[in-house]
Amino acid sequence: MAIKTEPFYLNIGPQHPSTHGVFRMRVSLDGEVIVGVEPIIGYLHRGIEKLAEARTYTQNIPFTDRLDYLSSMTNNLAYCMAIEKLGGIKVPERAEYIRIIFSEIMRISSHMMAVGFFLNDLGAMMTPVLYMWREREKIMDLFEMVCGQRLLYNYMRIGGVSQDLPDEFVPAVKKFVAEMPKYIDEYDQLLAINEILLARSKGVGILPRETAIAIGASGPVLRASGVKWDIRKMDPYSIYDRFDFEVPTGDAGDCYDRYWVRMQEIRQSVRILEQALAKLPEKGPVCAEVPQFFRPPRGEAYGYIEAPKGNIGFYAVSDGSIAPYRLHIYPPTLINITALQDMVVGWKVADLIIIFGSIDVVLGEIDR
Amino acid sequence: MKFERYGIGIAKGMALTFKHLFRSPITIQYPDEKLVTSKRIRGNELVWFPLTCTGCATCAKSCPQGNIIIQTHSGEDSKFIVDKFEVDTGRCMFCGLCVESCPYDALAMGLSYECAKYRRGDLVQNKEKLAVSHDRQPSAYYRPQFDDSLPEQSLLLYDRAKGGQKLSFLPLSKRKRGPGA
Amino acid sequence: MTLLDQFQLVLKTLNWPDWAVYLTPAIVGILIIIIFVLTIIIVFIWWERRLLGRFQIRTGPNRCGPEGVLQPIATAIKILLKEDIVPDKADKLIHFIAPIIVFVPILMLFAVIPVSEGAILVDLNVGVIYVIAISSISVIGIFMAAWASNNKYSLISGLRAIAQMVSYELPVVLSIVGVAVVAGSFSMLKIVEAQGIPYILLQPLAFIIFFLGCLAEMNRSPFDLLEADSEIVAGYHIEYSGMKFAMFYLGEYGVALAYAGIITTLFLGGWQGPLLPPVLWFIIKVMLVFSLIIWMRATLPRLRVDQLMSFAWKFLLPMAVINLFLVAIEVLVLPATLQWVMVILNFGLAAALILLWSRLFTLGGGRVEV
Repeated sequence: MAIKTEPFYLNIGPQHPSTHGVFRMRVSLDGEVIVGVEPIIGYLHRGIEKLAEARTYTQNIPFTDRLDYLSSMTNNLAYCMAIEKLGGIKVPERAEYIRIIFSEIMRISSHMMAVGFFLNDLGAMMTPVLYMWREREKIMDLFEMVCGQRLLYNYMRIGGVSQDLPDEFVPAVKKFVAEMPKYIDEYDQLLAINEILLARSKGVGILPRETAIAIGASGPVLRASGVKWDIRKMDPYSIYDRFDFEVPTGDAGDCYDRYWVRMQEIRQSVRILEQALAKLPEKGPVCAEVPQFFRPPRGEAYGYIEAPKGNIGFYAVSDGSIAPYRLHIYPPTLINITALQDMVVGWKVADLIIIFGSIDVVLGEIDR
Repeated sequence: MKFERYGIGIAKGMALTFKHLFRSPITIQYPDEKLVTSKRIRGNELVWFPLTCTGCATCAKSCPQGNIIIQTHSGEDSKFIVDKFEVDTGRCMFCGLCVESCPYDALAMGLSYECAKYRRGDLVQNKEKLAVSHDRQPSAYYRPQFDDSLPEQSLLLYDRAKGGQKLSFLPLSKRKRGPGA
Repeated sequence: MTLLDQFQLVLKTLNWPDWAVYLTPAIVGILIIIIFVLTIIIVFIWWERRLLGRFQIRTGPNRCGPEGVLQPIATAIKILLKEDIVPDKADKLIHFIAPIIVFVPILMLFAVIPVSEGAILVDLNVGVIYVIAISSISVIGIFMAAWASNNKYSLISGLRAIAQMVSYELPVVLSIVGVAVVAGSFSMLKIVEAQGIPYILLQPLAFIIFFLGCLAEMNRSPFDLLEADSEIVAGYHIEYSGMKFAMFYLGEYGVALAYAGIITTLFLGGWQGPLLPPVLWFIIKVMLVFSLIIWMRATLPRLRVDQLMSFAWKFLLPMAVINLFLVAIEVLVLPATLQWVMVILNFGLAAALILLWSRLFTLGGGRVEV
């Protein structure tokens, strides 16, 4: 006589220490093995796309900060690029270099945060987080020097950046860039061949190459599955074609590869920073002349960049007035988590948390 | 999956953690010691200069949320006299767009970040509270003329011993009183 | 001849009635143990928070009292003042008894730990077996707490608890038997006295197995998946608050103290040492073992439940059996005066065994076809 069993529904709810934000999952379990997962989003929906229709183009920039709040500069940049395409505005040379410097510093900060909290989900009790946050404190001090805030910067403007760099900035960044490789080597010593990390994350949560391309994944999730796709190389925006860097890819597409790809990207960002600092023009305008109530001609434009989490894009439609007719935001993480069910089924509850952590989600982007 | 490295990875990780025991902690004992904030800080208050303000309301038009309320009446010389200049700092997100758009440099961001109040109504600040005074000094965000009067920022990057800017790794035994270091 | 036995003889010469002569040393001993344990638990809580802070380049708590020494007392007062919430559909009686069943066996463990020369509550001649038997009772308490809370997270944690704690009993027992074979007796006092060379040098493999087994019995990193903060949010004590939670919390540090004491007794030579009084040596050694436990907590991530069970059954258990075999052969073949030969031989064999077994060991588990 077969014993009748039922699946066991567990609600990993919006308030949980390890869903990075207010994310809810309804997991059906068979013992500890996961049989199905159903994500439920919308707990952080703030209506940014609708609010954007009632505000001018410059007034929308603080709202775009709050999408992926851990890497605000790149959101600002993508939005400004979309509006510059709409209006046909040319960005001055010094502003381009400054934008690239800040994007790469932002990438380092966001990846360190992602890796640190991936390890925290694994159980390493905040130690790698605190080591990486020492570097992130230095980055936040640098940002505070330039634009006055530590998290939500509101620094990029349509046609450039809002203010010029102070004199102390460039020596400080040079010192930071000189010290960084030593600290990255320390993080590798702590973690890269740690047997417990290897046992927990190698082979776990594999995203096959075809699935990753089919769902439209982007960012480190796609590159860890073996696809060498980076918008900075494939379709260079701003002045990325003048810099020399590599695009790391993994082979298996498991959690360990996503962690490894992010650590390698931090090293490549340091390389780009060194080159950009050497070539930064001494003087020049930092913003093109754009009126306060800017009226771009009628039309539509799509501006997209390689943000730390993936390919973020802004689709703006203008009808000639001071506010956009429609602003749509294409968030990378929402597309990346559509593969969650495939990645997680068959693994255990403990693996669900780390697979989710390795995709590196920020709820501000998903819910907008 | 094989247990390939005989525990060497774990041993290396533990050696690194042991090495960190000998580095001085980077904790700041707030409120005994406070870091000096940047010159361009977008602090939690706004500073209004009544003598240079003409009541043009460009700042009110550029706020994304409509936090600024201005009421004026015509005075002599066809100049505006400002009756009411109110900012709802509870709804404000301190983006600084109002400061950037003022053509007469009459509005600046503040320096303080410790402006909590007990009642929500106290966060709506009228023109007497917003006016520049000894307690309410402007920061240099988009106002480079105030750059020289503000102290240098304390950065975690520079070490005191090497003659850089303000201090980074504070050793455990120092417990200072007063702001800054 | 323990100190309490001498106290009993003194009372007999004073012509006290028989029942008083029997009960008074017992009550005095129990009171001393309870005060000693609670005081040192408070010191341990302070030491753990400060040391963990230093590993993470931050200071720990340093506001309450000089350098934060009154912080555990503030924690205790806070916990006592909290409201005691019992869920509606929970099984009230079992929910009430479970913390007691978890905490009391931990106090009972201290009856056989010698703090100084002759300072032990009762010198059982099966002291080691008493330790193993009593430490297994807490598992029932944990499962009662998990089941009676009517919460799916604590149920997952309770099932993991049984699997983990039962699996790690066997390697622990077998490594202790190796120590007893060399010492020639199960009594804790005699094992301390038999240690000319501390047994950590004489049997390094048994020490490693016992240490890892103790970490798993204590639910400490890297085996702390019963209360994995990031997955099942405090596991079996998720529905407890107030004094019942305080019993779990104190029980965690109490069992750390108990096992640190047992490791000191069995492997580090107990209270023996050159210059200082024996009690001080005992406390220093216990603090060293506890610091090692904190060091592992600060560095290592945690294992998954099936990997943990593979590690116990496929790695630690065979090594414990082989270790017992080798130690027994050495005791038979080598005379008692040539102990340093045993040291060298055992270190070599331990290294060879660990290298060899790691090649053969596979973690298994992984994805299940659904």
